[in-house]
Amino acid sequence: MKRGNIIANLDWFTILLFILMIFLGWLNIFSAIYNESHPSILDFNQKYGKQFLWILAAIVMAVAILLIDHRFFEFFGYFIYAVAILTLLAVLIVGKEINGSKSWFVMGGFQIQPSEFAKPAVALALAKYLSTFNINIQKARTFVKTAVIIFLPSLLILLQPDTGSALVFFAFVFPVYREGFSGMILITMFTLALLFILVLLFNELLLLLIILVIGFIAYWLLARNFKNLMVAFLIFVGFFIVSYGILFLFGMDSAYYAATLMSLAFSLASYLVMAYIYRIRKIGLLILAVTVVVFYTFAVDYSFEHFLSDYQQRRVNIMLGIQSDPLGAGYNVNQSMIAIGSGGFAGKGFLQGTQTKLDFVPEQSTDFIFCTVGEEWGFIGTFFVILLFLTFFIRLIYLAERQKENFARIYGYGIISVIFIHFFINIAMTIGLFPVVGIPLPFFSYGGSSLWAFTIMLFIFLRLDAGRME
Amino acid sequence: MINQYSQRKYIIGGLILLTGLILILRLFYLQVINSTYKLSAENNSKREVIQYPARGLMYDRNGVLLVSNQAAYDVMLTPGQLSRFDTLSFSKLLGISVSDVATGIKKARDYSRFAPTVFMKQVSGEVASVLQEQLYKFPGFFVQTRTLRKYPKNIAAHLMGYVGEVDKNLIEKNPYYQMGDYIGISGIEKNYEDILRGEKGKKNFLVDVHSRITGSYQDGRFDEPARIGNDINLTIDADLQEYGELLMKDFTGSIVAIEPTTGEVLCLVSTPSYPPDLLVGRGLSQNFNTLSGDSLKPLFNRALAASYPPGSTFKIINALIGLQEKVISPSTEFGCHMGYSFRGQFLGCHSHRSPLDLREAIQHSCNSYFVNTFRKIMEDPKFEATHDAYNNWRNHLLSFGLGNSMNSDLSGELKGFIPKDEYYNRYYGVGRWNFLTIRSLAIGQGELGVTPLQMANITAAIANKGYFMTPHVVKSIKGSDTINHRFTEKHIIEIDTAHFTVAIDGMDLAVNGGAGSTAGRAKIEGIIVCGKTGTAENPHGEDHSIFIAFAPRENPKIAIAVYIENGGFGGTWAAPVASLMIEEYLTGEVKRKFLEDYIFNAVIK
Repeated sequence: MKRGNIIANLDWFTILLFILMIFLGWLNIFSAIYNESHPSILDFNQKYGKQFLWILAAIVMAVAILLIDHRFFEFFGYFIYAVAILTLLAVLIVGKEINGSKSWFVMGGFQIQPSEFAKPAVALALAKYLSTFNINIQKARTFVKTAVIIFLPSLLILLQPDTGSALVFFAFVFPVYREGFSGMILITMFTLALLFILVLLFNELLLLLIILVIGFIAYWLLARNFKNLMVAFLIFVGFFIVSYGILFLFGMDSAYYAATLMSLAFSLASYLVMAYIYRIRKIGLLILAVTVVVFYTFAVDYSFEHFLSDYQQRRVNIMLGIQSDPLGAGYNVNQSMIAIGSGGFAGKGFLQGTQTKLDFVPEQSTDFIFCTVGEEWGFIGTFFVILLFLTFFIRLIYLAERQKENFARIYGYGIISVIFIHFFINIAMTIGLFPVVGIPLPFFSYGGSSLWAFTIMLFIFLRLDAGRME
Repeated sequence: MINQYSQRKYIIGGLILLTGLILILRLFYLQVINSTYKLSAENNSKREVIQYPARGLMYDRNGVLLVSNQAAYDVMLTPGQLSRFDTLSFSKLLGISVSDVATGIKKARDYSRFAPTVFMKQVSGEVASVLQEQLYKFPGFFVQTRTLRKYPKNIAAHLMGYVGEVDKNLIEKNPYYQMGDYIGISGIEKNYEDILRGEKGKKNFLVDVHSRITGSYQDGRFDEPARIGNDINLTIDADLQEYGELLMKDFTGSIVAIEPTTGEVLCLVSTPSYPPDLLVGRGLSQNFNTLSGDSLKPLFNRALAASYPPGSTFKIINALIGLQEKVISPSTEFGCHMGYSFRGQFLGCHSHRSPLDLREAIQHSCNSYFVNTFRKIMEDPKFEATHDAYNNWRNHLLSFGLGNSMNSDLSGELKGFIPKDEYYNRYYGVGRWNFLTIRSLAIGQGELGVTPLQMANITAAIANKGYFMTPHVVKSIKGSDTINHRFTEKHIIEIDTAHFTVAIDGMDLAVNGGAGSTAGRAKIEGIIVCGKTGTAENPHGEDHSIFIAFAPRENPKIAIAVYIENGGFGGTWAAPVASLMIEEYLTGEVKRKFLEDYIFNAVIK
């Protein structure tokens, strides 16, 4: 009786889209690395044969999830999250280093990437937390806790380091926004992202001065007090002269950099003190904003230098047009654009692609699987795949919105965001709109870990949805 | 419960649709509108061909070409572009076996699937051109043109050094170099590598599936032109160098000649030598092994890296120091009766009249005279103890450029050896040695090590009466107005000019003083040659013959040091060789054929 209910209540349209995507992914993996000496798509020594096994395993997992009681996920949300965090810690210690990052557990011939499974875990924990009875979403404490839930795993993944996967967690801004956090969150995220790119493009010193000037202008707009403005400006200049002089005396001739920093810090601090003493209004928040922006600028610059590997730095620089190196780091993107572009309107046909097969495109079965779609199926194919994903997302939004339980809705938005950000970044990077960070295309890319993680995410949601009437 | 924020689903959904639209528009641009990427698949593979610049040439001081370039062709392979081809006709074309082809492919594949690797080095021009025509049959292969060195005169091997392939260590240290690239390994080729090599460029081509170049990739937007290497003019005189090598062909030893006023090295001969074209191209490694296995060590540059005691040539230095320290004067006389004896120690001398003044002592190379002088230097009452006097004496030697690398632009310079006082303190104990212990130093024997280059430099300093310029072999570099400033700075020696005149008088007498002069064989009609013989004691066999000289006496144009190993007394072989070299350089031809024949017929055991 109960099982029959599940089958009847399942959203079969989403399942159809799911099956279509993994099937197309499999075909494209086969085509991407097709090898005349191993012509069978079921040759288990080849990646396409293995992917078939991963697909079978994924289906088994999906069925298993559907058999679990839907309350299980809410009840064990935090527990699953804790396990995910522990696994991420463990991989930093006992993980195997592949291509410079410790992201994999290796057991026998079997590899697993725990960061993939952290994504559904965060979605569950976030949904559970934000659906707590009587939670006040406007409180700062709520905001901080939400941020911790989302960015703790992201930070651990950054330590592996796997920048691409760490980046994905920013996607959880969407469910948080949907639940009523200020729209400023989206705007702030956008501003920070813009600043991130500006920092990489320009000298941060210049940027700091621009920020300061904007701060002064903002103050003028807010307070229209010319005297205070002049005082503030003179304080900054005074601090600059003093700190430059001191540094010069200590024999640091080219101390502009340090002097600017020091005077900036001192000035901001003294503005704050003065604002407090003289009770100048509306200024506290402005100073806070300027301080945060300044710190962020340096954090971005620092993490760019320290957390991104050389090749990632180069890729970002090429993306931003700072470096031109079409045969080095720009090679991937350049080749992938040639592959996709050469597909033309109608494509070259199944198994007829040459660019991906001749190894011009690296990672052609994993991160660059979209190249095969582009080359062999042309614009018709890429258009269809994007349409497929968009339909999938809209359908999931529809499902999320029809939930009665806040938990199910928030979880739904969580997975939509994660799958969406993968979809966007992956395709954007193959067509030169985003730096190559190396994250898979959901349901398409070769690899057990990501396929299973996405399947698990999706089917937990479908199980929640099927149980919405109970 | 109605969620007050449910309107936000439209914003989120809208954002997703908007980004989807952006992706679709971009794809539409890439796949349908933009023609750059719409090239047919067959034209779509790209090949990077490195443009190797011609290495800079080398000329002698008169513009005679010493080193030029010749083209060589390497067969390259990009394993990732390989597909089935006729290995039999390919192997026939290259003249190798089919299994060689297979192992070559495997080796290249082990190195990299994408990067081109040298499949076969330096095939002939004919093979290269035939292969070029038939490349379409052999996808993945292409021909890379490189340049090899060519030596029109085939001289000065040690000086110029050679060019060889970079090794793995260097590739790791310096990413400019890639597998199969060439680099200067020794000599000027090494020291001036950055100037000679130029800068590699690259061209990007589109090739079709048959490996045929179909055009330039993106109109050469990513091409980088190669910058050719800069030419170098050497200070060497090719004729003098060639003549020196000829004179020395049966000797082991070296000749270094310097233009005194400039420090320009006029010739740098080290024998046994080898023709530089032995170390070019495919024969390089085999010939190198043969040469390095040779017991006569032809690869060893004796002019810079062999250190000998200076022998009697050193007496001039001691005379100068004695004069400067005022322990002797030009008219000081010492007696000599077939040697010097003191406290039962004896140092022999040859027969000459007695007593002699300083000039005559240099002329006759009297051992007793210089042991007496040395004693006065070491027992100078100005100093409290012998080691203070010794250190003062040693500082004088250092100011001549001894005991240290000259910091020339030649690679492989030896420092030589002038012992510190600690050396003797360690050996004999502090305060337990005196002039008698180290009396061999008086006549240039004992614990002294001087290279032929240093010896030639001392000669130049004497000719200049008190200064020298750091010896160097590069006169000018094309595209640059100046040479390194260290070659244009005078090194002043703290000995008065007048003292040098006295020493030069002695050297003049040694050559032109008639009966009893030690270097009469160096005399040239019409040119005043000033010289000094020397004999370096050799514990392993016959002594080494040394001669230093400069000429003409006024406004000297050439200062020379000649070393002939196992040549015995300096006047026997080294002096005539130096004399012939001076004649050749100053007059442009050698008239004294009898002296030439004497050298050519020399037999040294």
